Amino acid sequence: MKHLLILVPALALLAEPALANRVFVTNEKGNDVTVLDSETLEVIGTYPVGNRPRGITIAPDGSELYVCASDDNLVRVFDPQTMEEMHTLPSGPDPELFVLHPSGNPLYVANEDDNLVTVVDVKTHQVLAEIPVGVEPEGMGVSPDGGIVINTSETTNMAHFIDTETFQIVANVLVDSRPRFAEYNHDGTKLYVSAEIGGTVSVIDPATQQITGKITFEVPGVLPEAIQPVGVRVTNDGKKVFVALGPSNRVAVIDGETDEVKDYLLVGQRVWQMAFTPDEKYLFTTNGNSNDVSVIDVAAEEVVKSVPVGQQPWGVVVAPN
Amino acid sequence: MTERRFPARAWFTAFRGIAWRETLRFVQQRGRFLAALVRPLVWLFIFAAGFRAVLGLSITPPYQTYVLYEVYVTPGLVAMIQLFNGMQSSLSMVHDRETGAMRTLLVSPFPRWFLLGSKLMAGVIVSIIQAYTFLAIAWFWDIRPPAWGYAAVFPALVLSGLMLGALGLFLSSAIRQLENFAGVMNFVIFPMFFASSALYPLWRMNESSPLLHDICAANPFTYAVELIRFALYGEMNWLAFGVVAGCLALFFGGAVFMYDPAKGLWARRKERG
Repeated sequence: MKHLLILVPALALLAEPALANRVFVTNEKGNDVTVLDSETLEVIGTYPVGNRPRGITIAPDGSELYVCASDDNLVRVFDPQTMEEMHTLPSGPDPELFVLHPSGNPLYVANEDDNLVTVVDVKTHQVLAEIPVGVEPEGMGVSPDGGIVINTSETTNMAHFIDTETFQIVANVLVDSRPRFAEYNHDGTKLYVSAEIGGTVSVIDPATQQITGKITFEVPGVLPEAIQPVGVRVTNDGKKVFVALGPSNRVAVIDGETDEVKDYLLVGQRVWQMAFTPDEKYLFTTNGNSNDVSVIDVAAEEVVKSVPVGQQPWGVVVAPN
Repeated sequence: MTERRFPARAWFTAFRGIAWRETLRFVQQRGRFLAALVRPLVWLFIFAAGFRAVLGLSITPPYQTYVLYEVYVTPGLVAMIQLFNGMQSSLSMVHDRETGAMRTLLVSPFPRWFLLGSKLMAGVIVSIIQAYTFLAIAWFWDIRPPAWGYAAVFPALVLSGLMLGALGLFLSSAIRQLENFAGVMNFVIFPMFFASSALYPLWRMNESSPLLHDICAANPFTYAVELIRFALYGEMNWLAFGVVAGCLALFFGGAVFMYDPAKGLWARRKERG
């Protein structure tokens, strides 16, 4: 017991100096990426990354940064340390959002104009498959075990379950109008799919592919049509779900167990995508119309700061190291 | 009048007497306490709630991020409490003068600045109690500045309360009758409150009218609001501090001068009488 008493504060001390991570924000109109420091919350630099950068993600080991350059019709790969372009990946036309397999390879890219999901090997830079999906594919999610990739099609209003071994659609779930984003909780027992026009988040049981619940939103003083759920993020313990509500300028905090809305946090204008720091201390939100990033203290459920970035921030990712 | 020397206790007794009278007046008039609270609460619950979507959002120091309109307007409403309180003391001075209580006060052997200062301080204490009660209610309305902000705002409330109280005292020296108080309301309270940063940030004023912005920037009440706003978020606004302290010296000096029997208002009266 005595040893434990000594050990616990010692561990706490070890954990205390939280290492700063780099936060990467794509600016859709600025054609660049703004890099922030996750501790000081200050801008480190801005780097050009090609035309109309939107989706952004990073390798699990932090070695490669992937950016959907939508108007260049390819994915650009950067060294996250130097922001030098390393190479490009074929992505199919108009890549908007993508998701990386939990192992770091391959990359699943939604091609908005071609109704396809393109699977790209990030090592060989080869297209492994093109999977036809519904009209206007956008949202991409991957199950924690990597067995299933979810694509949402904005016009067909479906979440497509794609087997990552066979590249075949194994199930389709009809959700509300204009699904934008799909996110699993970390034990893979729940799948959240946001519907921008429908104004809801469907909670799906991935095992049965049935909708088990629907989260609706109501913000006092905000018109219902301004409440447009897009980005969804779930904490590792599954207890808190954050949903970006677009032009209502709010991020909803949801109890991950009961799926009930606990609070609405005021952020910048037209909030779409979000990303946690690896320690889940902060959640960064991209506010496309006010050209800034709001920083949410996850434990306190409070917005601590809004930092100006480039023009029309769209996607955000935090380096794992 | 030659100034006599008094033991410290005597000064304290005099101060306590004046402060006690003010406190009694305040405690016994529960309606006044309630009214002082209802006014800002109506603004907070009804006005701010209705306007939060219309007026939109802004990041303006000391805020680090977007705030709801209710949050923005709260320091302004705290300052409004103090503004009304200052005017209330002015009203009570006029009332005292009409009923003769003022004479009792002013024939005391203590120097006039001390008597007026005691009265001012008593009013400030009352206004601070009101301000904290308001902030406590606002806390339940989800307006929650950092915990240490509540401590940091105390000196700011003392200074802004003194400044607005001194303004009231100064004005009271010029008001002859109670009936004229309505004029003070229209000519002092409302313009001061509306033409300030209490309801809208100055940059927004600048967008609609640069002239209005300049008027607001010249209004001492703006600086009382900003001093309270920054303090509530644990920050110091030196410009606001300087303007508030300077205005306090000016108004209080003016009040002492005006209440001097040999000068100011009383002299003018004598001339006429």
